[in-house]
Amino acid sequence: MSILIAILVLGIIAGVFGALLGFASIRFKVDADPIVDQLDALLPQTQCGQCGYPGCKPYAQAVAEGEAINKCAPGGEDTIKKIADLMGVEVQPLDDSHQHSDTDNSNRPKVAFVIEEDCIGCTKCIQACPVDAIIGAAKQMHTIITDECTGCDLCVAPCPVDCIEMRDLPDTINNWQWDLTSIPVKQLD
Amino acid sequence: MTDYLLLLVGTVLVNNFVLVQFLGLCPFMGVSSRTETAIGMSFATVFVMTLASLLSYLVTTYLLTPLNLEYLTTMSFILVIAVVVQFTEMVVHKTSASLYRLLGIFLPLITTNCAVLGVALLNLRLQHNFLESIIYGFGASAGFSLVLVMFSAMREKLANADVPAPFKGTAIAMITAGLMSLAFLGFTGLVKI
Repeated sequence: MSILIAILVLGIIAGVFGALLGFASIRFKVDADPIVDQLDALLPQTQCGQCGYPGCKPYAQAVAEGEAINKCAPGGEDTIKKIADLMGVEVQPLDDSHQHSDTDNSNRPKVAFVIEEDCIGCTKCIQACPVDAIIGAAKQMHTIITDECTGCDLCVAPCPVDCIEMRDLPDTINNWQWDLTSIPVKQLD
Repeated sequence: MTDYLLLLVGTVLVNNFVLVQFLGLCPFMGVSSRTETAIGMSFATVFVMTLASLLSYLVTTYLLTPLNLEYLTTMSFILVIAVVVQFTEMVVHKTSASLYRLLGIFLPLITTNCAVLGVALLNLRLQHNFLESIIYGFGASAGFSLVLVMFSAMREKLANADVPAPFKGTAIAMITAGLMSLAFLGFTGLVKI
């Protein structure tokens, strides 16, 4: 008899708590993972796909699920820092695969540049540009709006005469970075 | 009134759950590497422990004792704690997504934090009344929060300190915790309970 009472009592407790949790799960339902929207807002929205995902939103989704935070080349170091703050992880340098190894200061932000005497006006780069930073028309010379260019280098590949190249942004006080590791530090024992 | 105040001070400082009674050491070591996370964990633990000690008092007094089912206390306390933790997890997920990510696995692991079960069982053994149970639960979690935040602040300093190689990482954290425990023993005798 006492066993039956014990089972009944535990059953009642469990039932009440179960109902409470069921109510709470409806009351405190999380519609969408809000972190994805916050991450998406930090990304540059170039939809360039250099991170290996079809656009900024899918990459934000992937970061929320634990993907590396250092794959956004257009966003650069600034975006990586903001994502690191939001996610509570350490800042990492930009992914190696996005660093152009042909120059020594490869980590610098870059913009595309049209070598204008070679341009044949085919408009292929205009179609590739995700941020409409290239102006020009058919059979007219094209040029890049430097302020708009995110340095995603999607226009380089489509150019049939290879007249687009990526150049370093000139140093200004806004983008200059002090490379601390270039100063040799000797560890004394 | 003075009794309740003395009970609170006594629980927070003199009989500190982490450093004097050695309960809840797992989150104490696990979540203390960043102060922000430690503060978030503190709030969650305060919420869980206060609510759990309240509910477990109600369950024992109005359900188990009248029916002579005292042997079910541990089992029903675990049930109570699991529910409160699950509830807290939902609330945290709703209110602060980044805190939810930072706490990660440690949030559901409050269930297995022995300090929570400890406070419920000690309430029973010390025969606390309703108000005393709540104060004891709150005091225990406040003491836990106090040392957790202090310890995490120290660990952030230690990350930059020039620690000898054999003591790097967890070893120096253990030594720090031991020294903190010694310091807290200095409160012994401050309040007579």
